[in-house]
Amino acid sequence: MSFPILTAIVFFPLIGALVTLFYKPEQVRLIKWTALLASIVPLALSIIVIVGFHPGGGVQFAERVLWSKTIGASYYLGIDGLSLPMVFLSALLSVIAVIASWNISVKTKGYFALLLLLEVGMLGVFVALDYILFYIFWELVLLPMYFLIGIWGGKRREYAALKFFLYTLAGSVIMLLAILAVYFNGGAKTFDILALAAKGIPLGLQHIVFWGFFLGFAVKVPIFPFHTWLPDAHVEAPTAISVLLAGVLLKMGTYGFIRVILTTTPDALKEYAWIMATLAVISIIYGALNAMIQKDLKRMIAYSSISHMGYVVLGIASGTVIGTNGAIMQMFSHGLITALLFLLVGFIYERTHTRNISELGGLLNKTPVLAGILCFASFASLGLPGLSGFIAEFLVLVGAYSSLPWFAVIASGGVVITAGYLLWMLQRVVMGALPDKYADLLDATPREMLALVPLVVLVLVVGLYPESVLGFINHSVVALVKVVG
Amino acid sequence: MVPLQYYIIMSAILFTIGIYGVLARRNAILVLLSVEIMFNAVNINFMAFSAYITPATMVGQIYTIFAVASGAAEIGIGLAIILLIYRGRETVNVDEVNMLKW
Amino acid sequence: MAQYAWVIAVMPVLAFLIILFTLRRIKEKAAYVAIAATGAGLLLSLGVLATVWGGRIFTYQTTWLTAGKLTLKIGMYIDPLAAVMLVVVTTVSLLVQIYSIGYMKGEKRLSWYYAAVSLFTASMLSLVIANNFLQLYISWELVGLCSYLLIGFWYEKKSASSAAMKAFIITRIGDVGFFLGLALLFVNTHTFDFSAVRQIVAAGSLGAGTLTAIALLFFAGAAGKSAQFPLHVWLPDAMEGPTPVSALIHAATMVAAGVYLVARSFFIFEAAHPAALQVVAGIGAFTAILAAVIAVTMTDIKKVLAYSTISQLGFMMAALGVGGYTAAIFHLTTHAFFKALLFLGAGSVIHGAGTQNIYEMGGLLKKMKVTGWTFLIATLSIAGIVPLSGFWSKDEILTEAAKSGNYIILGVLLVTAFLTAFYMFRLYFVVFTGPVRDEHAHESPAVMTYPLLILAVPAALLGLAGSPLLGNWFTKFIALPGAEHIAAAPDYLMMGLSTAAALAGIGFSYVLYGRRAVTAWSVVNSLSSFSWLNTTFVDKTIRDGLRVTLGISNGLARFDTRFVDGIVNGVGGVIGTFSRYFSRANSGFIQRYAMRFVIAFMLLAVAVYFVLVR
Repeated sequence: MSFPILTAIVFFPLIGALVTLFYKPEQVRLIKWTALLASIVPLALSIIVIVGFHPGGGVQFAERVLWSKTIGASYYLGIDGLSLPMVFLSALLSVIAVIASWNISVKTKGYFALLLLLEVGMLGVFVALDYILFYIFWELVLLPMYFLIGIWGGKRREYAALKFFLYTLAGSVIMLLAILAVYFNGGAKTFDILALAAKGIPLGLQHIVFWGFFLGFAVKVPIFPFHTWLPDAHVEAPTAISVLLAGVLLKMGTYGFIRVILTTTPDALKEYAWIMATLAVISIIYGALNAMIQKDLKRMIAYSSISHMGYVVLGIASGTVIGTNGAIMQMFSHGLITALLFLLVGFIYERTHTRNISELGGLLNKTPVLAGILCFASFASLGLPGLSGFIAEFLVLVGAYSSLPWFAVIASGGVVITAGYLLWMLQRVVMGALPDKYADLLDATPREMLALVPLVVLVLVVGLYPESVLGFINHSVVALVKVVG
Repeated sequence: MVPLQYYIIMSAILFTIGIYGVLARRNAILVLLSVEIMFNAVNINFMAFSAYITPATMVGQIYTIFAVASGAAEIGIGLAIILLIYRGRETVNVDEVNMLKW
Repeated sequence: MAQYAWVIAVMPVLAFLIILFTLRRIKEKAAYVAIAATGAGLLLSLGVLATVWGGRIFTYQTTWLTAGKLTLKIGMYIDPLAAVMLVVVTTVSLLVQIYSIGYMKGEKRLSWYYAAVSLFTASMLSLVIANNFLQLYISWELVGLCSYLLIGFWYEKKSASSAAMKAFIITRIGDVGFFLGLALLFVNTHTFDFSAVRQIVAAGSLGAGTLTAIALLFFAGAAGKSAQFPLHVWLPDAMEGPTPVSALIHAATMVAAGVYLVARSFFIFEAAHPAALQVVAGIGAFTAILAAVIAVTMTDIKKVLAYSTISQLGFMMAALGVGGYTAAIFHLTTHAFFKALLFLGAGSVIHGAGTQNIYEMGGLLKKMKVTGWTFLIATLSIAGIVPLSGFWSKDEILTEAAKSGNYIILGVLLVTAFLTAFYMFRLYFVVFTGPVRDEHAHESPAVMTYPLLILAVPAALLGLAGSPLLGNWFTKFIALPGAEHIAAAPDYLMMGLSTAAALAGIGFSYVLYGRRAVTAWSVVNSLSSFSWLNTTFVDKTIRDGLRVTLGISNGLARFDTRFVDGIVNGVGGVIGTFSRYFSRANSGFIQRYAMRFVIAFMLLAVAVYFVLVR
């Protein structure tokens, strides 16, 4: 057996977290550098995986060790075109989160240890191909997140953390029931996600299982009306945690939609596609309209995330190859763009100590680089062609148009509202006159640029040459989508 | 020979007295004593059944000796706990001690 | 030569990147970088024009992305239309950039200005050479972005940032239509490529209903970009941007993109139900006359020109609507030059007089000779006086309208022609003749006046290329492939009518403003009541729409926190209440616990007795 590279990717941060525990709390620099190293290694390894990945080759780099023969669970990791962008995204955003957390000064040790533990969970979810393992990683994400919000968060951190935890836990319990239903259905004694999907399950059961998985994943995405934990969690979470929450955690939900629902319950999906699409379209419009009126920048971006994740769900609901490709693109692209937005809001907050839109203004005058990148990110978010968001939304809408035309028509109306709230935000935040109290603001530091520039570059590269990502995704999507409409 | 039923009835009476003591007494030491009475009611049953049903093996008698030994240890721990409660609270009245919740 | 046409678009991109990355160091030198890139582009464009001279068409493409069965390509489609647009865009852009050296002198964000103009030029060039609708759409959005950035160039001013936002969002409303049209097109044809779509449409495999829907959706996009009623309201506000930008983006090039789009997809309109083209003609003509009426009432020099632009774009749309494909393109081309000249002249006037209100100006011809005379040429051209460019292209549109037999459209356009001459000469007389109001007014520097002089040449003479005098050469050059060109018999009746309308407008204007024989205000006031449709209707509707949207947002936000989140918190609260109630049983008194234990045991014993034993 060759070098278990996926195991290395997933568990290297765990080693980092354990090493961190042996330091004294005062050894802040050492802790930070260890955390940085522990997060860079998975990124480097994931790039090696990308280089060695054959787009047409199905599940690759598989590692399989039988874990429990009695119940048929195994330690089964593997990567395909669906998970590859997500693994890269998680690894990248983890590094950026560490860089963005450089100023964390209270309980530094615990913070970075939990951050690394969170990374283990995130990476694990995207490579696990065994339901038990998938579920373990899925739950593993919750715990560090709960503490990271609950300890290092803002004023209402405990409320937000508890809400996040209980809400998503409720979702995942339902998901667990669905997993068990799938497991006991065939008596095949395996938790292998792919094998169970290939085997197929009877139509009657599909309808029940579909809803189980749907609720479990919908909370995570989140789709209207299961979304209210998100704005609260974002507002209270520290910057880097918001980045990971919006950039990676939300994608776990839609990843589940594609990995599990699309393959395991395709017939039920086809039947209930209109419900999914309805909720997706509501999320798009409703999230955008809510974002319009928000006074807090982070809350606004949180609602915009709900709106943008709606496109992902719509793409999946379309059941078409194009739509699903678009959905994965949107997952990747939204991960980059929203991370960028949250970073910028965090950096602006560190300077001005406010996230209240009405208290900001004229940032272009004093901090042209930060404000300029904020403009860039906003335009990427509103789907300007040439940046990554456009091609994703384009594919989703074209895909949806061919199977659910009216939903696509309404959803494309959301594009106007999105432009509306983002431009309005820009007008009030970066344009106009600079309030006097901000006369001595400093522009982006090298450390901040280090966190921002990779994202900016990727948004541009993906936007200008989408094939760079789609080339990996497409073959897997063709294989995954059974219900080609 | 006294019939087995007599032993069982006596054991039941003793046990009931014990339960009453545990539930009704206010003094923790007396509660502990009541527990011992229940304990010994069980021991009587053990021995009686053993003697009447399987007289050859004496399992019940041996069991009773074990039970008496562990009962001694148990009463020691129980008294120690009551002593500690008394030190902390200056009372052994169980109505005033509600530490069995978080 | 034509295979290198993409270089024309790439060079301004390079200029943009160079300036962007040296933003603070490069300062005024940014102008030279941008001008060099566009200048080289102009030379190449002329080369490309020469290559397609004989009517040849070049296409090149490369794969951009693959998703399932969908393969998107980017590429170039260089036909005479594209070549002409290349030359127009590079010429106007180059002259505007040179002019800006003078106009924007001392501006602290000068380098950013040139970066944005370069990016705009690149996007516009990419738009005209696109070989497929998707690339067209992408460039279309990018020029919209540049327009946003440049309208909001003076972003410290609330009015500027609001105007920028308004422009972007209102054009985006149209763009949603365009986008849906694209999706509909793609779902039915599985391609975006012009030639492929053309073949499919020609094969007749698409239903007329689908084609009509596509055509109308495309027109929605075109109406947004080309400021057609009711999406025209952004263009007057867009005058908040620097004047050279208005000349480049909001007069000559970007706003013409809508016309270009309809022209490019003309085969779809032709194949669709006739109602599609009737809508285009109707909205075009209505926009033309509406904007012309409003232009009469404006007192801001740039606003007059803005409404004039809307009106002329309406002219072009009407031309397309009556089937005058070449006439529309012809007018687009001549309009690009004379309107750019007008805007740059207006910029020169603003620069010299320090105001935008025409009634604070007067007698400027004496002070600003070059500006005044070139402005006169452009004014005569737009008014449609023989033998200037505007005459020939406008005449061709009127001829097409007459030929189509749509006399309502023809009548409206003739009235518009009269109004055009009237308001343009009103502008000219008020600004350049009469008593001098401002002694400090001065002529602009050479770097601004030379572009005026250069632009005056095509503004005056370009029309001859399409005139019957040269056998309608231009028209034949850009005609749709395969379209039979009807031998051009000069329509002297139309020429006479349009000249009469123009002369009447000029004469009327002379009486009112030149000689001030009649109190001008009374006339203008009576006209201004016509503009209710604009100010009180469309703009107000949009503002109301905005207010309603915000109201809905506000309501939804409340709904979200009170109801949706209320349920979540409510569920948590109910569970919390229950557990608090049950936790009271957890008293901590050991004897109560023991009591419950005993009772429970006895109940269990009874149950066991009844269930199992009996």
